[in-house]
Amino acid sequence: MTVTKYDQQMGFFIDMQRCIGCHACEMACAECETNGQESMIHIHYVERAVSTQTTVQVCMHCEDPACANVCPADAISKDEFGVVHTAETSRCIGCSNCVLACPFGVPQKQEKAELMMKCNMCYDRTSAGKKPMCATVCPSGALFFGTREEIELKRPDSVPVDTFIFGNQEVKTKVKIMMPKGSNYLKVH
Amino acid sequence: MAKLPISAEKIIDKFGPKKHYTPMGGFEGSHEPDKLVKTHCCFCAMQCGIQLKVKDNKIAGFEPWMEFPFNEGRLCPKGVQRYLQNNHPDRLLQPYQRVEGKGFEPITWDNAMERTISEIRRIQTQYGNDSFAMLSGVSLTNEKSYMVGKFARLALKTKNLDYNGRLCMVSAGAGNKKAFGLDRISNSWADLKHAEVIIIAGSNVSECFPTLTHYIWQARDNGAKLIVVDPRVTPIARTADLHLPVKPGRDSALFGAILKQLVDNDWIDHEFIEKHTNGFEAAAEAVKDYDLDWAEKTTGIEKEKILQAATWWGKAKTSFLLHARGIEHHTKGVDNVLSCINIVLATGRIGKPYCGYGTITGQGNGQGGREHGHKCDQLPGNRDISNPEHRKYIAEVWGVEEKEIPGMGLSAYEIIEAIHRGEIKGLISICFNPIVSLPNNNFVREAFEKLEYYVAIDFFLNETARHADVILPGSLHEEEEGTVTTAEGRVVKINQAIDPPGEARKDSDILIEMARRLGAGDKFNFENSEAVFNELRVASKGGTADYYGISYEKIEKNMGVFWPCPSEDHPGTPRLWEEKKSAFPDGKARFNPVAYKEPAEVVDKDFPVILTTGRVVSQYLSGTQTRRIGKLVDQYPEPLLEIHPSLAIQYNIQNRDLITVRTRRGEATFPAQIVETIRPDTVFIPYHWGGSHSANQLTVGDLDPISKIPEFKVCACQLIPTGKKAAPAEERSAYQSS
Repeated sequence: MTVTKYDQQMGFFIDMQRCIGCHACEMACAECETNGQESMIHIHYVERAVSTQTTVQVCMHCEDPACANVCPADAISKDEFGVVHTAETSRCIGCSNCVLACPFGVPQKQEKAELMMKCNMCYDRTSAGKKPMCATVCPSGALFFGTREEIELKRPDSVPVDTFIFGNQEVKTKVKIMMPKGSNYLKVH
Repeated sequence: MAKLPISAEKIIDKFGPKKHYTPMGGFEGSHEPDKLVKTHCCFCAMQCGIQLKVKDNKIAGFEPWMEFPFNEGRLCPKGVQRYLQNNHPDRLLQPYQRVEGKGFEPITWDNAMERTISEIRRIQTQYGNDSFAMLSGVSLTNEKSYMVGKFARLALKTKNLDYNGRLCMVSAGAGNKKAFGLDRISNSWADLKHAEVIIIAGSNVSECFPTLTHYIWQARDNGAKLIVVDPRVTPIARTADLHLPVKPGRDSALFGAILKQLVDNDWIDHEFIEKHTNGFEAAAEAVKDYDLDWAEKTTGIEKEKILQAATWWGKAKTSFLLHARGIEHHTKGVDNVLSCINIVLATGRIGKPYCGYGTITGQGNGQGGREHGHKCDQLPGNRDISNPEHRKYIAEVWGVEEKEIPGMGLSAYEIIEAIHRGEIKGLISICFNPIVSLPNNNFVREAFEKLEYYVAIDFFLNETARHADVILPGSLHEEEEGTVTTAEGRVVKINQAIDPPGEARKDSDILIEMARRLGAGDKFNFENSEAVFNELRVASKGGTADYYGISYEKIEKNMGVFWPCPSEDHPGTPRLWEEKKSAFPDGKARFNPVAYKEPAEVVDKDFPVILTTGRVVSQYLSGTQTRRIGKLVDQYPEPLLEIHPSLAIQYNIQNRDLITVRTRRGEATFPAQIVETIRPDTVFIPYHWGGSHSANQLTVGDLDPISKIPEFKVCACQLIPTGKKAAPAEERSAYQSS
């Protein structure tokens, strides 16, 4: 694949509050020729019985990706731009270590193909100067692809956060979530 | 004879709905299309820009159109999947005729036309011209809407032509005409950006107009307060600064009470009222008794919340009020609309930057389709068919005597009632599926069974077309060039991407051929869609919806032109009323007094629960297209009965228990979905399905006396648990409408 102009200034931001649960992102993701009609982003109700709130689950592209670290076949790699790529099909042995290791519960094993698949930040599009499909179509702004300056200017009440604390473990990610102004990290108890 | 020729199940076997999916690796050519065609989504009046991939005269996929200014690539799931209506196994590829006991069998175009023309002649000779009616739809382009209007009046020579906009936003149209003398949203969406307060009344924006959500959030990022009026906590209501959970059918009580607060607290613009409006005193007088205690009791909303809404609205410097079907689908739909307009006029916040008001039109061409003459009371340019001057002008444009244009006919539901009474004997429909979309649809079905001849023009065999004598395969959105007018009044271009497949024809070619065979061919000498549009421009000239200065070239160059655009050098009008002059002769906007009235059917001991209906994000209207697209079906596969836990406990209802909902018109059974996001006195069912899963078996056919819109949004029902659990949704195949 030819990388023409992957712009490292561009970031991926998620604002759960704005998600309207429409699933446009899932359907657009599945259109990608490498995904074979499987979506790499997933929308779920938090608890439909009490709220229409939905959440977005997609690869956070960790700085030190647990999925890659635990892969015995060295199938998952992080590139120079910080994009954590989906498992290379020629290497993946379908062991599910990555599925178990990911703190965000993102990778899924495609049972039929015996392969792990996950988001690669629409590499074919982003490396050609386009936005990822999901963030392109998202009608509410729950998914945003642009510069940090741009989103901070447009959304003055919230701030991008890329630090997640799981117990004693701190995880930093390329993908950022929007939290109320003043937040520095998200602690998961 | 319009009964089903064979069982619905057998018809479904051949004509669907069948779920259509993209193959694993995409359609052939999707990676290397011959061309990308810039056009718009066919669903909803946002009319998002989209590019369709075309390979070998077939649609192979889509690519976002980043440059189109309204949506900049954003789409909802329906938009992403819209291309799957192409290459569809259910697509009608040839004309069919009904054969008793056998179903639908192919016939030639010539035979289909000949039979249709001879039946029209027979029925009109025997029973009179008006005994043959036509029903149209506003998924059609402006050009087709205009042609249908001209066809019905000059070729079919009937007064009984109406359209499915009658069950969309006609209450808003009528209300706007009474207040402003013109029917269009006052501002483009760009003016939402710096509105300090936004009220959304009766609009599930994030499911029905998902891409508008972006504009609401833009405003909120700039500090706007969002007030949502809805009996349910919809996704847009979930994050609102203030949610007013109104009891269905009580909207005008709420807005009347807000007007009283504005007046009592002097949060009104005296100068604007004095200089630019009439009728304020009568409007204020009508609500003088609507104090907060009364409003709380009537609307079911805590009075503190009503006061909060009035305070925010009253003290704001800029504001935008939007409403949709939630307040319009009522026997007092026009009153509800006028009660909203009254609070806009009282505060003078219109005709200025970031100050606006309007309806969010629902259907793809809900705006343009209601302007150019396929309504029973209307001629092109939003002219009045009963006005002698208007008739004279259009007669000149059409080259006919004024008396050759029939007068006002019956509205859509009244046409169905007249069929049921045996007064209308024949029908042509195009782009309308009333057996799913009209209320009390067992009655509607009975009416269709009484027709002596029914011909349906459509691209799929929808539930209503199953009753047809002859079916003419028409064209999809991407198979014919034209224009549509979006909910913000922007006229945009629909570009033809592919030719109609098989023997299917462009809708306009079908109308032209029928007109020719009916002896009116000389009035339909159109070479192409642009020629139709150019005649429409002239026909609309001087009307309130004036398109005269808009050309195809101008639309493409500017990515849309906002009407009114009265001359070729006019840039179009994104914001109305900047001169503070309404379309009335005195230039003043009109307050209209609104006294609160109850809905047609209120709850009682026999029917103790309120039933309301609406939409889900993955389906569109009667589902003719979206119930055939696999992923859209799978996302929300069957209609569920939303019920609050406190009501569920009274009936001992658990999730997915099958509950029979009974009204005075019929009954139907739905799986329960217990949610706290609905009022405890109200249940909700989405309406996109037909047959035994159809919510419109239950709804009420009472009409607003002015707009003739049915009261879909409120009726009284009983809940009867069946003691059974629903089978998994995928086994129930609700999408097929058997």
